[in-house]
Amino acid sequence: MEARAATEARAAAEARASAGRYPAWVLGVIPLALIALALAAFALLDGPGLGERKGPPVEELAVERTVLEPGRIDLTVRNDGPDDVTIAQVIVNDGFADFATGDRTLAHLDTTKVSVNYHWVEGDAYDIQLLTSTGATISHEIPVAVETPEADAGFYGLMALLGIYVGVIPVALGMLWLPFVRRIDPAWLRVLMALTVGLLAFLAIDATLEGIEVAGEGSRALGGASLVLLGGITSYLVLSGVEAWLQSRRRQAGPAAGAHVALLVAIAIGLHNLGEGLAIGSAYAVGALALGAFLVIGFALHNTTEGLAIVAPVAQRPPRLRRLALLGLIAGAPAILGAWIGASAFNASVAAFLLGVGAGAIVQVIQQLSPSIRDRAGRALHPASVAGILAGFGVLYVTSLLISV
Amino acid sequence: MLAALAPALGAGAVARLGGVDLGTAPARAEQHEHGNGAAANGHEAVPDHPSFQAGGRVDHAANGFDPTEVLRDFDHGRTRRLASGRTLRQWELIAVDKEIEVAPGVKFPAWTYNGRIPAPTLRAREGERLRIRFGNGSNHPHTVHFHGIHPAEMDGVPGIGPGTIAPGKSVTYEFDAEPFGLHLYHCHVTPLAEHIARGMYGAFIVDPRDGRPEADELVMVMNGFDTNFDLQNEVYAVNTVGFAYMNDPVRVRRNELVRIYLVNVLEFDPINSMHVHANFFHYYPTGTSLEPVEYTDTIMQCQGQRGILELRFPHEGRFMFHAHQSEFAQLGWMGFFEVVA
Repeated sequence: MEARAATEARAAAEARASAGRYPAWVLGVIPLALIALALAAFALLDGPGLGERKGPPVEELAVERTVLEPGRIDLTVRNDGPDDVTIAQVIVNDGFADFATGDRTLAHLDTTKVSVNYHWVEGDAYDIQLLTSTGATISHEIPVAVETPEADAGFYGLMALLGIYVGVIPVALGMLWLPFVRRIDPAWLRVLMALTVGLLAFLAIDATLEGIEVAGEGSRALGGASLVLLGGITSYLVLSGVEAWLQSRRRQAGPAAGAHVALLVAIAIGLHNLGEGLAIGSAYAVGALALGAFLVIGFALHNTTEGLAIVAPVAQRPPRLRRLALLGLIAGAPAILGAWIGASAFNASVAAFLLGVGAGAIVQVIQQLSPSIRDRAGRALHPASVAGILAGFGVLYVTSLLISV
Repeated sequence: MLAALAPALGAGAVARLGGVDLGTAPARAEQHEHGNGAAANGHEAVPDHPSFQAGGRVDHAANGFDPTEVLRDFDHGRTRRLASGRTLRQWELIAVDKEIEVAPGVKFPAWTYNGRIPAPTLRAREGERLRIRFGNGSNHPHTVHFHGIHPAEMDGVPGIGPGTIAPGKSVTYEFDAEPFGLHLYHCHVTPLAEHIARGMYGAFIVDPRDGRPEADELVMVMNGFDTNFDLQNEVYAVNTVGFAYMNDPVRVRRNELVRIYLVNVLEFDPINSMHVHANFFHYYPTGTSLEPVEYTDTIMQCQGQRGILELRFPHEGRFMFHAHQSEFAQLGWMGFFEVVA
């Protein structure tokens, strides 16, 4: 009996000793290596026991970008399906067309550019069919043919101007409410903060819906609408981390609660405006956007309220002018960047992700702002705050009627 | 015209135009035909005519038939004299499932007679006894239904006489060659549209007892292919391969009588048509009369309709022929006659 116990104890000790001979990371890597080995063997043996897949290949192509130049239509095509796809011919409006392409055969997720020689006519609609080697057709529609603007200095200048008009100036104007919000009664300030929450919630919903819509145009294999959620969760978590970091620094350096909430609001609105700029730029590139006073006025009214959202948290301890200007730039300037990206390198999957990033950032900021709308009893949803939130919705709903991108 | 084209062609083409003498009309025409902005676009060339991707060719050898050979390929079968003194003419048709390249790089899973589309052009003389052995080597049930005058059990339709011929089975159809004219044969198994659109059809010529005047004779079967099975054709053609006669024009001799046996089997579209450029032809609907009914340059046929065209080309050069539905023409149903001395 005793001997057996001693043997067991010795065995356990030996096991510990032998395990201890290897560093922990080796033990962590061994399963990984075995998984890799098993998968490699499985792939080399061509999936033993599974046999051939039934039916014809699944051919899916997504057209990610369309560029129209005189006499030419360039499509950036991605293989969205599991099987190889070979583009054999191109049909434009019920007629075969000459085209050039780099790689005719695309593996899963491969992309290529298909340059179609075609004397398209401005304002006409075009149905382009990519005819694959198996005879399948993938249809891509150009609702209204407009020459894609050339990405030169003048074009980037125009996009920058557009970004300043719809992003920077309105936000700066909105921040002029600072003297007003400083003077008002705390109860009214709570209403104002609630209004801000309403504004932001509307923007978050808007960005999410738009992201899902944009994702529908892009590659489904890259995630589709789930990219919006991924973007949202990512930005929410990153901003939460930043917020926690700011808080730990504040404890060391003394209180400045309003200032860092204002910074977070500015970042969130900046991310939102990046998405807005993206939408404007891409709409401009495909000729779907009439640049005009009406559009700029609409966006200005829409975005002025965003300035209010930045200054409301710092009503008690207003920062210096330079810092305010910086906050305004953080919130407004990304519209310029968005317009550049949207007009020159629009990719529906990236746009969907970025719109999700904007939405997630806003949700995080709403969480930050919510303590400031609590009344003395500690309730967040008291009649005044509910009225403020609904008013925020109302303001943005009405101003959003003025713009359609 | 040139001025309108110039902006679309881009800077390269304009620069090239600047280098030539635009003072004379022929120079302009030359530019229009060949100046297609290749330099401007960085591509080989914008094609002058509707075509597939420049340089693309169908592998006729892999298909097992060449549209240029199909034109003048008449299958007279094997003959022997019966005791009665009549001629017995015999053919064998085998149904085969086969992949056919109908446009460069585009394969169509076809059902065929004898591995080709259109099926062999069977040619007999009025009054002969015809015997056609049909073996079904396809994975699907088929028949052979001939247009002509014959007994019910020889009609090649399901449920009558031998009816549907299952895979691996065979049957012999036998009837008299009548009336003279241009006819066709095709599979008659349900679903009809699919059995025809997959490629099971061919021309069937019954020559008049005394024949027709000597001519350069051509068979043209107007067809199309629904490659993505959406009940619409992606590729249109005569004798299967789109634009085949754009790349290899149909060579004919100047002033020689040309006789075209034209059959329309196009599925999914209600009608088809043929138009010959810079010429007129005499038209013999169904070929059942020796007198033409019309002198024209464009005729129209519904599915199963056919007729004989007779014409002479008085001028040398290239002359287009195509469906006068522009859509069909741009999707492959277009070719050239090359008239030589």
